[in-house]
Amino acid sequence: MNTKPYGLKLFSFEIMMLLAALIFLTPFYFVIANSFKGFSELLMNTSSLPKSLNWENYARAWEVLSFPRALRNSFLITVFSDICMVIISSMAAYRLLRHPSKGNRFLFAMFIAAMVVPFQTIMIPLVKVGNWLNLLNSMPGIVFFYTGLGASFTIFLYHGFMKSIPLEIEEAALIDGCNPYGIFWRIVFPLLKPMTVTVIVLQSLWMWNDFLLPLLVLQKPELQTIQVAMNSLFGQYMQQWDLALAALVMGIMPILVFFLALQRYIIQGITAGAVKG
Amino acid sequence: MRRWSTSQLMQQTVFVGPALFAYAIVMVLPFLLGLYYSFTNWNGVSSQIDWLGLKNYVTILTDDPDFGSSLWFTARFTFTVVLISNLLGFLIAYLLSKPMKSRNMLRTIFFMPNVLGGLLLGFIWRFIFTEGFAAIGESTHIGFFELPWLSTEASAFWGIVLVSVWQGAGYLMVIYIAGLTNVPSDMLEAAAIDGASGFQILRNIVLPLIMPAVTICLFLSISWTFKSFDLNFSLTQGGPFKSTESVAMNIYYEAFKNNRYGLGTAKAVIFFIVVTVITMIQVSITKKREVEM
Repeated sequence: MNTKPYGLKLFSFEIMMLLAALIFLTPFYFVIANSFKGFSELLMNTSSLPKSLNWENYARAWEVLSFPRALRNSFLITVFSDICMVIISSMAAYRLLRHPSKGNRFLFAMFIAAMVVPFQTIMIPLVKVGNWLNLLNSMPGIVFFYTGLGASFTIFLYHGFMKSIPLEIEEAALIDGCNPYGIFWRIVFPLLKPMTVTVIVLQSLWMWNDFLLPLLVLQKPELQTIQVAMNSLFGQYMQQWDLALAALVMGIMPILVFFLALQRYIIQGITAGAVKG
Repeated sequence: MRRWSTSQLMQQTVFVGPALFAYAIVMVLPFLLGLYYSFTNWNGVSSQIDWLGLKNYVTILTDDPDFGSSLWFTARFTFTVVLISNLLGFLIAYLLSKPMKSRNMLRTIFFMPNVLGGLLLGFIWRFIFTEGFAAIGESTHIGFFELPWLSTEASAFWGIVLVSVWQGAGYLMVIYIAGLTNVPSDMLEAAAIDGASGFQILRNIVLPLIMPAVTICLFLSISWTFKSFDLNFSLTQGGPFKSTESVAMNIYYEAFKNNRYGLGTAKAVIFFIVVTVITMIQVSITKKREVEM
């Protein structure tokens, strides 16, 4: 929005912003630098760089967290929930948009209304329902929960996006003898790709970082996600910062790598999701 | 066979059925059950559930100082965080909309804290506050770092505010940047030629044009902060003396620690009403200020 040339004023702004960014990053410095220190060095010289790279903390944290298992659980839950959410929500949004009967308009309004319900409002009875239906302590169970919790927002995003897809394409396919399911999967769904990327980005960030739902419905240690495993580690080793910091670095790495690798899509996704929302 | 599989009823079932099923089980059923339980003394275990009428609600509103104080904390916390993180997010976005050389890198850095979940951020900052700040304070003697962070009510409050702002400002910045790129530059140049000051341009041209972004940012930041749970849980555990216990935590403890599920669901219903009313008011106020281009 600004077309002025690069002058002294802008240069000083830029220096100021770089300093601010540095301050923004200091917590990461503290955590990473101290994760390589022994316990006494960590408390004595908190702000200095580590004397040597001590990987022992990481080896211990790896064990205590059961890191490969926690990583696998978080990953599988996120991926399968994404797949389910994308499939059932895009299909529902398609039907609700293309057949706006009275009933479907009501259904759409119901889906949207659920977006304002805080998770804490439904969490207590949700555990009860999960217990009835044998959905507690099971991977498919939590995938089902996430699919239901995320359906509203996903339908909302797809519904908004589909309005811009011209009906003529679908009519042409119908005349060519394509059935309604074929029209959706072969013609419409590929056109939804930009919104599918947005959905996957937004929902993955939410589910990966979510703590309360897995805390409530996954009590078995074998099913712990990264967040839950981290919480039990902190419950047990409260003040052992050497161990805890190494665990934290391991915990933030996967999502940080995901972000840095896909940041363009993530930032676009957030913008698209927010503007539609 | 073919006619049947493509009939409208079948299509409706195949396309909408699965989503409706998941939504009904995960959202609608628990919501309705919650409404029901909120009028009972359900303890989560016993099959004996007695109808209490409005007794839970009366108890919460008249005889539960912890709920009241958690609501008061959440309200103060939300107000402070929403104000500061939106101002900061907008300021960063405004500066980054200028043609700086490192703007993409800066945007990435400011956004980064947001991709980490509240739980991990809380643990990270617990270390920063207790050990990191102490170390900086020792070597620089700046009063800010020598405060007893997290161990007094005021420092715990501002500690959580600080982390929430650090986490949320980058997200809001992304939305404000998108809003700012839609402000036509000729309009700004025309105003500058007419002699408007930088502040006047901001106040009278930029701000009205980015009101849609403001609506979204306020909505998002209010709903995140009001529902805050993870961060309080990991950073302060609601302490000291429950002074940073959010409503979401209070509901969690009431149900899953005190085993008073009936009371917990009643609190959850009140929470739902409060969140809905606040966001409705906010959206209707800021929507009115949006202008058409």
